[in-house]
Amino acid sequence: MEVAKTAFPFFLEGLQITLYIFIIAVIAGFIIGLIVALMRLSPLKILNAIAIVYIDVIRGTPFIVQLFFIYFGLNSLEWLSMDRMYAGILTVAINAGAYFAEIIRAGIQSIDKGQTEAARSLGMTGRQTMTQIILPQAFRRMLPTITNQSIISLKDTSLLSIIGIADLTQQGQVQQATTFEPFIVWTVVGLMYFVVIYLLSLLAKFLERRFTLR
Amino acid sequence: MSIIEVKQLKKSFGSNEVLKDISVEIQEKEVVCVIGPSGSGKSTFLRCLNRLEDITGGTVVIDTHDITNPKVDINKVREEVGMVFQHFNLFPHKTVLENVTLAPMKVRKTEKSQAKQRALELLDKVGLREKADNYPGELSGGQKQRVAIARALAMNPKIMLFDEPTSALDPEMVGDVLAVMKQLALEGMTMIVVTHEMGFAREVGDRVLFMDGGFIVEENIPSLLFDAPQHERTQSFLSKVL
Repeated sequence: MEVAKTAFPFFLEGLQITLYIFIIAVIAGFIIGLIVALMRLSPLKILNAIAIVYIDVIRGTPFIVQLFFIYFGLNSLEWLSMDRMYAGILTVAINAGAYFAEIIRAGIQSIDKGQTEAARSLGMTGRQTMTQIILPQAFRRMLPTITNQSIISLKDTSLLSIIGIADLTQQGQVQQATTFEPFIVWTVVGLMYFVVIYLLSLLAKFLERRFTLR
Repeated sequence: MSIIEVKQLKKSFGSNEVLKDISVEIQEKEVVCVIGPSGSGKSTFLRCLNRLEDITGGTVVIDTHDITNPKVDINKVREEVGMVFQHFNLFPHKTVLENVTLAPMKVRKTEKSQAKQRALELLDKVGLREKADNYPGELSGGQKQRVAIARALAMNPKIMLFDEPTSALDPEMVGDVLAVMKQLALEGMTMIVVTHEMGFAREVGDRVLFMDGGFIVEENIPSLLFDAPQHERTQSFLSKVL
């Protein structure tokens, strides 16, 4: 127990970094996802193709490989230099973006065509129809799957410890090495992830209840 | 001058030609009912009038705007053409009042207070003012359709299109919706109504079009079309539905 007590401040520090990366990456990923979903549904073939390639590449490669490609691969070209934090956030965002794009596309397509027709028949523009009618309904429907993907992305951040980001998992490794108490260390680290994810799912349930489809 | 002029309208879905050659003129304040068997193209015809369907050939002129011209601002034309759908298509995430005020505020840029006042007047007219703060999911089918009519009227359209407005309703709800439509007709609204309600077509319609196989087979004033149909297809259709 003594071990847990001395290690705890370090874990909290790590957790802060984990949450910081998670929040920025998920928000960025969601924006990427929304843009890519709209590209995917656009009548313009070129936008379509770009969206499909992006989604397929991300879905068809492991997260670690994406991380190494961005952090080691792109940095080695020497026309840009990313620190590990930037590369880590970018990887999680780009990865989540592809999955969000598919979730959002499916959500938009699940809304009855009659909704679009009603809005357009009233003289609303395509953009107004999307922002006023389609997206608000689609987001409510998507909330459970968005939560799911967010949780996956949160867990993916633990892989960033591999490139040396001092997140919660990295702190676990450090504390294991200094305390020689891996059982306690990983129990506490696991519990901390669990609590955060549990709170996240409670928040999602609350939102779902607030925005129930009528 | 006629408010709607359709000339040699054609519409295909792929290789399936649904409208083959439709020409018709509709005058201001006229109530035209369109009847015919399912698959005859009557709903497609109606949906071409506000270009919810891309038009394959011919011209459709709505209130002097040729909507087959790709340069026409179709949204501007649609502001003047209200539409009521078989399945209502109310916005389920908005209250009844918001459903009615949305387009005037977003499209016509009407002040909120003014839009609200007008919406309440219209809801009063369709007998649903007390439902203003409810959501569509809390209404019956007939109530939904009356809200949908109010929503379309809120744009102060010159023309109203009705696409089988009572087909999805329980029989006891049909009367309320038809009563609202009849009132609208009496007030002088230009209306095109695709319907299976022959009683309504006979009583309220100024003219009835019978469509079959992508053509207007026969058109006449209701009493003549219903009581003395000339065409064999009209006769056989009417003998089955009357």
